[in-house]
Amino acid sequence: MFRNLSRLVRYRGLIHSLVARELKARYRGSVLGFLWSFINPLLLLSIYSFIFTTIMPNREPGLQPYALFMLCGILPWTWFAASLTEASGSLIAGGNLIKKVLFPAEVLPLVSVLANMVHFFLALPIVALMLIVYQHWPDAAGLLWLPLVVLVQLVFTSGIALGLAALTVHFRDIRDILANMLMLWFFSTPIIYAWYQKEVLPYRWLFNLNPFTHLAVSYQEILFFYGPYDHWRWLLALGVASIGIFLAGYWLFDRLRDSFAEVV
Amino acid sequence: MTPAIELKDVSKIYRRYSGRKFATLKSALLQRSILRDLSPTETFPALQHVSFTVAPGRTFGVVGPNGSGKSTALKLVAGITKPTSGSVTVNGRVSALIELGAGFHPEISGRENVFINGIMLGLTRREIARRFDEIVGFAELEEFIDAPVKTYSSGMYMRLGFAVAINVDPDVLLVDEVLAVGDEGFTHKCLDKFAEFRRHGKTILLVTHSLGLVERFCDEALWLDSGRVRAHGDPRRVIDAYLAAVEKGEEALLASTTAKALAAVSAPAEGGGESRAESPKVPQPAAPAAAESHAVDERPSRPELQDMFRAVEGRWGSREIEITEVTLLDRAGQPSFVFHSGDAMSVRLKVSAHAPAHDFVFGVSLFNVDGVCCYGTNTFIEEMDPQRLAGDVEVTMAIESLDLVEGTYKLDVAVHTCEGYPYDYHRLLYTFRVKSRTPDVGIYRPHHRWVFSGDVAFKDKR
Repeated sequence: MFRNLSRLVRYRGLIHSLVARELKARYRGSVLGFLWSFINPLLLLSIYSFIFTTIMPNREPGLQPYALFMLCGILPWTWFAASLTEASGSLIAGGNLIKKVLFPAEVLPLVSVLANMVHFFLALPIVALMLIVYQHWPDAAGLLWLPLVVLVQLVFTSGIALGLAALTVHFRDIRDILANMLMLWFFSTPIIYAWYQKEVLPYRWLFNLNPFTHLAVSYQEILFFYGPYDHWRWLLALGVASIGIFLAGYWLFDRLRDSFAEVV
Repeated sequence: MTPAIELKDVSKIYRRYSGRKFATLKSALLQRSILRDLSPTETFPALQHVSFTVAPGRTFGVVGPNGSGKSTALKLVAGITKPTSGSVTVNGRVSALIELGAGFHPEISGRENVFINGIMLGLTRREIARRFDEIVGFAELEEFIDAPVKTYSSGMYMRLGFAVAINVDPDVLLVDEVLAVGDEGFTHKCLDKFAEFRRHGKTILLVTHSLGLVERFCDEALWLDSGRVRAHGDPRRVIDAYLAAVEKGEEALLASTTAKALAAVSAPAEGGGESRAESPKVPQPAAPAAAESHAVDERPSRPELQDMFRAVEGRWGSREIEITEVTLLDRAGQPSFVFHSGDAMSVRLKVSAHAPAHDFVFGVSLFNVDGVCCYGTNTFIEEMDPQRLAGDVEVTMAIESLDLVEGTYKLDVAVHTCEGYPYDYHRLLYTFRVKSRTPDVGIYRPHHRWVFSGDVAFKDKR
């Protein structure tokens, strides 16, 4: 397993070009092209803002401007959810490669995660823009934590993506289960509400068990809330756990690897 | 010298997961049977205890019928699948021409696909850039290289895939039947490229159904059958053994065809005596073409003559004289169903006269699958005057040289009176096959040779 894992470094050129291909191919033939990377989150954001500022407003005092607050959680969530959805089908979609070419299969789910990470990066300027528009300045020192949060999310997502991709080869219905699970997961993560709201407090321990809570809160504390970043202990704990999750996902993937060429 | 490819006692057992009843995660979770469900229910051995080595620089051909494990062996060498037991060792960079252009993405341009495909096959970006023009030139796609691959024809797609794979500059090249697709010109180009590989001392492992290719190209051949090695060594000898086995299989098939035809006509014959009541009297000898010229003394010939040409199997006649057995014999006098064009063939009839007879004619005709009578004759046409026939006798028509083109043929045999009254008529009951190395067309292959005068030359065929 660790030998295979170390081979992954050798595939960085391959991963790099596949991610590039993925990004190019996605918007090839569409008029707006890469603009969709901005438009998609903006549309989503406008829907949520309309509902939660106009129809059933969240008047929690610390959460204004609400749209900006929500954006900080939605963007990383979109990265996470899209990665898992794509990764779980990636081996089946790339069946030709696995069956006919000597091809490191683990590259495929990782490409899904990385391609969506690029989309996430491309959407970050929207946050910057809104920070400027609202004159809402986050703590500069806190921003230094941002790369670490991204890294933790990358490792965490990759681990789950690898495990899911391998299992989906054998259980195709994971893709359908996953869509529902992600919906549930989204609402049980403090993205459209704040985790310190009094309604949340009785279930605090449950929220703490949800790994994405700590990622979402980290993004919000760094980008949205005033003051120094103080969720870092949770983040570091999650970072350590993520390494475990990644290794477990990779182990599962490696165990099932030999069956891919036959079952896909 | 370390071998380029070495398989040691390799078995590959495919697992069949299809036996699983409820292939869902949920049910597996509910029944706590994930591990059990992931373990196979049925297995299928694709390769069993296969060992062979290929020395560097050799061209090695693998032949065998469909499902014999050829492609599995290739995938094992390529590393796409792992052997269930045994070991596979390959020294050097491998490139597999298994599925051409397998990694192409339809939406992006040929140029980008060349790079990505090359990287997938183990090249670096710089190496590809260096060979890019050569790749595109080989694929003959200079004009279209910037168009998305989805707009390519299947031939363009394949050419590009081939061009990339071959330019990976492998030490070991694996080829799986890729030459079966593509036009003549491109096939030639590929063969030339293979020849170039050989000259550079590269190792080629070739899986193909084209025995001619193996014979011309390979230094060594391996014959796989049901996952086992049947023969290994000199390509010519391996192919001959393989062809002999294929013929044997065909023989068995033809023998069963004949047995079935016989069984079908003899079953009712035992009860009624006549299997075809509608034609109790066929006045034709077994040589319709010749008979036509004798049609003067045979009034009701027309409808029956039509009948002759209709390919309906059957047996009829009074059985006063009976043909009890029909055997086709090869040159050595062995019963056979498969002959080579130009071989000797004998048709041997065992005939039993229940009472001594003075009026009898033996006839034989050959039909091809289209029902065309290729040849027909009888003893009457050949002006043999019958005198006496009594008891059990053998009648043999010996054909010295069976000058027919390749195909399946059927045989009529008959014994009847000079007038045409049938004693025993066997219609199209016997099937045999003629094989030929020359794919010439028509029915009849006259003995021939080519003579040229002036400045005409042909290349030597290896």
